[in-house]
Amino acid sequence: MIDYTPSELMITSSARALAGEHVVFVGVGLPNIACNLAQRTVAPDLELVYEAGVYGARPARLPLSIGDPTLVSGAISVCPMSDLFMYYLQGGRIEVAFLGAAQIDRFGNINTTVIGDYRQPKVRLPGSGGACEISIHAQKVFFIMRLKKRAFVEQIDFCTSAGHLSGKPGERAALGMPGAGPQLVVTDKAIFRFAEPGPMDSRVSPSGAPEYLSGEMYLSSVHPGVTVQEVQAEVSWPLKVAPDLTVTEPPTTEELRLIREELDPGGTYARE
Amino acid sequence: MKVMSMREAIADHVRDGDTIAIEGFTAFICFAAAHEIIRQGRRDLTLCRMTPDLIYDQLIAAGCARKMIFSYLGNPGVGPLHCVRRAVEKGIPGPLEVEEYSHFGLVSRYVAGAAHLPFFPLRSYLGADQPKVNPRIQFVPSPYGDGIVAVVPPLNPDVAILHAQRADVSGNTQLWGLLGVQKEVAFAAQRVIVVVEEIVDESTIRSDPNRTVIPGLLVDALVHEPYGAHPSYAQGYYDRDNHFYLEWDRVSREEAATRAWLDAWVYGVTDRAGYLEKLEAQEPGIWTRLAPGEALSQPINYGTYS
Repeated sequence: MIDYTPSELMITSSARALAGEHVVFVGVGLPNIACNLAQRTVAPDLELVYEAGVYGARPARLPLSIGDPTLVSGAISVCPMSDLFMYYLQGGRIEVAFLGAAQIDRFGNINTTVIGDYRQPKVRLPGSGGACEISIHAQKVFFIMRLKKRAFVEQIDFCTSAGHLSGKPGERAALGMPGAGPQLVVTDKAIFRFAEPGPMDSRVSPSGAPEYLSGEMYLSSVHPGVTVQEVQAEVSWPLKVAPDLTVTEPPTTEELRLIREELDPGGTYARE
Repeated sequence: MKVMSMREAIADHVRDGDTIAIEGFTAFICFAAAHEIIRQGRRDLTLCRMTPDLIYDQLIAAGCARKMIFSYLGNPGVGPLHCVRRAVEKGIPGPLEVEEYSHFGLVSRYVAGAAHLPFFPLRSYLGADQPKVNPRIQFVPSPYGDGIVAVVPPLNPDVAILHAQRADVSGNTQLWGLLGVQKEVAFAAQRVIVVVEEIVDESTIRSDPNRTVIPGLLVDALVHEPYGAHPSYAQGYYDRDNHFYLEWDRVSREEAATRAWLDAWVYGVTDRAGYLEKLEAQEPGIWTRLAPGEALSQPINYGTYS
């Protein structure tokens, strides 16, 4: 059996979800490694877009931040941020975007702004950055975050970026949000997907499995050795489980070699 | 337009109560200017910046700011901004009013400011809570019957301070790497201070006009301050000093340690030359450590048409 860390499994699971994609909006940390791994494995044509104004980056080192100079050297294009947001993002050119969050609810709405009251916050978080508009315009949104009860909440304290809103069918389209919204949440214990926006998901089995609400997050796959009960213990709402629940495929030797030798040789992000 | 020292530029152009924008998205962050503002004791500033970064953490810790306009708060790639958090959560060293946007929202405010538009439309904020806490974010119906769009008002700072690789003595400024909002802010601001790594001949600028981001037309003061963006970076000149970004995470957690750092590295030196001297004494090999390798662009032919 191959030894791997939870972060390595998060990276490989995220990278595999990019199979066949062409344009991805990348964040720093785990998403960055996942996108670079995907480029070397399942999505060789993948172009990496960074909100700092970079299209088609080929980072020669692990970027230290979202604005690392290694993202510039060798990129296809570096443009003003107004171009990036107006033409690349709002123009509908982004297929997939990775986001993280301090809080997420069952419809994939996220909070990265405050814990507690906005005016008197218990914890002041970073705020939106580009997340608010990314969640509107990217064709699909993927999340990478650790599974924790304080993060997977019934009610987020502030909606920084809207996902599937309140779970009413057709709500995103009615507001004029072009992207399909949240599709995937990769965590250190399990993978979640979202029901198709609509009154009922077509994948519901006739065996009495729970019907999903429109755009509702459900448990799609548990990591090796993790039980559904352990996952539910870290989720604040009664979680629905896919009738065809699977066990996440562990990383391959080649994926681990790429992560450990090429993408994160110092183990900065993948060690834990 | 005048070439002047940082001390003169700040004394002439930055006043108490001003709205200032020291921009640069992770790159070209002019710490040299911020330190001079702290030394000259400016107060009640409104600080505009997409990513307040360490530079506004320091200005806020030094008590220079009354308000901040921003779109992402963080020590990039490291963690939170402890001084900003102390100000917002506990009112230390004083209360700090915040006005918050998404990146696209703040970019759009600068674009509107640069273009003298009364507002700028963007498809953002749908279903989100920002408009509930920031009344400047509004929604209007499209006059062409295509649903609603968010709008934000122009942002015209009193002063913009922008770092770049090079300019000529007339302030014609060339920048390559992450362009951020440097051009938009320069056009939006009432007064512009440009700070460069190198002053070059006008002929160098004219040999590559596509690379000129800020024309001298907009520039009120030009300051030649090599390494003026340390600990951030200037593409092709020096890398980000990540040791410092990590060190600041430790120092800034405690108010006393933050004050001691400001005493040593800002108040304790007379100018940027003093800062660099101290930095080089602390780590003699610093510029070797931060030197990037070479990646030259291919020359192009603009042609002569006489």
